[in-house]
Amino acid sequence: MRLRVRFSKLGKVRFTSHRDVARIWERALRRASLPVARTEGFSPRPKLHFGLALSTGYESLAEYLDVDLVEGTIVDLAVLPEALTAALPGGLAATAVATVPPGTPSLQHAVTSSRWEVEVHDLDLATVTARTEALLAAPELVTTRQRKGKDVSDDVRPHLLHLQPQAHPAEGVLLVAELGAQNRGLRPSELVALLGDGAREGRVRRTHQFTEHDGTRCEPLPAPHALERAS
Amino acid sequence: MLEPILPLVSKPARYIGGEDGAQVPEHGPGRVAWLLAYPDTYEIGLPNQGLQILYEILNERPDAVAERTYAPWTDLEERMRAEGVPLFSVDTHRPAADFDVLAFNLSAELTYTNLVGMIDLAGAPVRAADRAIDDLLVGAGGHCTYNPEPIAAFLDFVVLGDGEEVAGEISAALAGWKAARVAGDPVTRHDALTALAGVTGVYVPALYQPVTDAEGRLVATRPIDPAAPELVEKRTVADLGQWPYPRQQLVPLTEVVHDRLNVEVFRGCTRGCRFCQAGMITRPVRERPAEQVRTMVAEGLRRTGYDEVALTSLSTADFSGVEDVVGAIVRSGERPAPADEGEGQGPGSSLDCGAGLGGPGAGLASDISVSLPSLRVDAFTVGIAAEIQRARRTGLTFAPEGGTWRMRQVINKLISDDDLYGAVESAYSQGWRRMKLYFLVGLPTETDEDTLGIATLARNVVEIGRRHHKNPSVTVSVGGFVPKPFTPFQWFGQNTRQELERKVGLLRDALRRDRGVQLKWHDPRATTVEGIMSRGDRRLAAVIEDVWRHGGTFQEWSEHFDLQLWLDALERQGLTVEELAYRHRTEDEALPWDHLSAGLHKDFLWQDWRDALAEVGLEDCRWTPCYDCGACTGYGIEHVVASAVPPAGGSQGTGPSPAAVPVALGRRPVPAGAG
Repeated sequence: MRLRVRFSKLGKVRFTSHRDVARIWERALRRASLPVARTEGFSPRPKLHFGLALSTGYESLAEYLDVDLVEGTIVDLAVLPEALTAALPGGLAATAVATVPPGTPSLQHAVTSSRWEVEVHDLDLATVTARTEALLAAPELVTTRQRKGKDVSDDVRPHLLHLQPQAHPAEGVLLVAELGAQNRGLRPSELVALLGDGAREGRVRRTHQFTEHDGTRCEPLPAPHALERAS
Repeated sequence: MLEPILPLVSKPARYIGGEDGAQVPEHGPGRVAWLLAYPDTYEIGLPNQGLQILYEILNERPDAVAERTYAPWTDLEERMRAEGVPLFSVDTHRPAADFDVLAFNLSAELTYTNLVGMIDLAGAPVRAADRAIDDLLVGAGGHCTYNPEPIAAFLDFVVLGDGEEVAGEISAALAGWKAARVAGDPVTRHDALTALAGVTGVYVPALYQPVTDAEGRLVATRPIDPAAPELVEKRTVADLGQWPYPRQQLVPLTEVVHDRLNVEVFRGCTRGCRFCQAGMITRPVRERPAEQVRTMVAEGLRRTGYDEVALTSLSTADFSGVEDVVGAIVRSGERPAPADEGEGQGPGSSLDCGAGLGGPGAGLASDISVSLPSLRVDAFTVGIAAEIQRARRTGLTFAPEGGTWRMRQVINKLISDDDLYGAVESAYSQGWRRMKLYFLVGLPTETDEDTLGIATLARNVVEIGRRHHKNPSVTVSVGGFVPKPFTPFQWFGQNTRQELERKVGLLRDALRRDRGVQLKWHDPRATTVEGIMSRGDRRLAAVIEDVWRHGGTFQEWSEHFDLQLWLDALERQGLTVEELAYRHRTEDEALPWDHLSAGLHKDFLWQDWRDALAEVGLEDCRWTPCYDCGACTGYGIEHVVASAVPPAGGSQGTGPSPAAVPVALGRRPVPAGAG
């Protein structure tokens, strides 16, 4: 049986890496005494499948994890999020859990885009708005990036699916963006760089991940988000 | 202040705290605030059990609070200094200056420059003599503080021995002083120091002065204040069973060394290896009751979610209850029998958050691996091998230390070649493929034959492995010997750097064409600096400060270690490696740590040194007659063991058949006082 878990990563724990979070989950599942299926062989590992990596330092309301349980396990899904959250360190919380049918495509392949909230510091709203409009109007946006140690030029315009600046309650501008995730996609830090001179990246938070299914866009788990945007 | 910098540095997760077991204590004027420090990176420092034990014990007290700090890596330190961010606690990111005490755990000499750097980063003058009443009180404990003289100038107080009881007494002593200060009474920093000197086990360097003769040689280190005792005795916790700490071992959010549940099964060691400072200074043996070990393991695994547990001590296979305990861990975790599983009540059917989602066991713990990080080959039996093998296997490490039986008699590590081969055979036959062997070079009386004996042993071990597996591999790890205070070898002149390099070269050449043997060695240049610090005196403070001022931090890290910094600093102080490290000490010479006591009689150590040179071995005193080293009688404590029966196996008087001992063991020929 495969469980799909949505979890959030907020506060100081955002400084843990993707690998750190994987280790934290392995321990949390043991603490919660969930019987996780394991690989065979000399050094068996629990069968956990993570989605797209979140950069160290970014927050998220919508991280996903698939967990294979030992055959025949019966669990009460209703209380599972709370029990898993209790087993996780502060800042990480399980917000939704459901079973997924066998053969469900992996998160790595299924997720096509993410929605982000990106704080942009050192620029005012008018400037960011003007530059955002210019980005959206551009037919192509060629960026040079490193791939396997070589500089490669990519047109990232197709990955810029949605972009909306708004006033930030505390500092600078909040950019709400939906960025493509497949085939290298577009990263929030690259988006901030595209905004041009003077733009400095502040806190970044992933709020949603989306999959495409029969032409409709949906989230990997249908359950509503437990957490709304905090401060 | 700190958080905006964190996205810019490597591995920021090591600075955020928030581990399971971490505390957010409530500070207040009635509480002595401790900042417990480890002078190396978080990855190295977090697992330190001593620091974790004190962290819990202090936070349980009404008169104390404790938080933790580790050395920031160079990239963060640079930014902290640039932006005026001081040393901070990882728990609440509180600046060091908000604490009363900055207390270091010192377990390696090469961290001394980090200690100085952290005091400076905390905002206090690095020299204790320059500190004012509002500055931190800087303390230290740990194995290195048995000779604290090289760092004495930086420390307000030093603790010898077990910390469990003394930490509370220090808190109480300082709480009174702090209360008087808060009330506006005219107390001085000196009052705090004298209060500390009144606590048994606490050494206050400022209250002592080295006395030298006309040639500048040390005669004695004497108290210059009536509050200071002539001899500072170490502290010894009599009953480990009363201190089941850490109860809440910290579970790091990011990768650290020894990332597993650690349960200390006993403290002390009576094997009497003459090179081993830990074995000497932690006497007598105090075992934790086997039942308590089982509980700590079970509770710890449940609470932390770890899948590996290490039973720690200086020689875990010597633990009386080791097979029982390992067996209990393995069996408690085994999956329920198939009959239990087939009732539609599979694991996890009862959902009870309190007891866990899968019920007890839940088919999880059979994946638990048990490691015994410190194993003596003569106590490693097929029984233990089989028990560990039932759980998940981890690597196996043995430490014969010497390459020949003669060498091992000198160092009193009385394991025969056959003991080693027997243990290795047990391990290979139970499925292990990889072995690690630890050796020392540069031991007293060592000849090239002894050094090359290491290659022979390694070769034979691989040969045994080939009987069981296709490609067995053996890693041979070689360290240069550093003579340590309070050991019989404290008088021995350390091998020169060139000599250690030559011996490593001999081994490298000898093993060049051996498939299956991998040779690793500790840098002889680093060993040389360790040797200088290990038996150094107060003149070294200037050297340490000099190296730090020239950027010499993280000297434990090979990419940062810089011998030239040390040699230059020594030269500027008019000191030589020859005098500090390479020179044999004489019997009548005063040693820099003579005013401190680890409980061992100096004449016992001298006699044992002579026995070493005569190649005479001593049996384990835990099961055989007392040699009057002083550790038990001085403290009125007997060795505390969980079982009356010695563990099976071995040549050191602990085995079932004394006839198997390859040579006659010498008894100590003359009573104490001779020599």
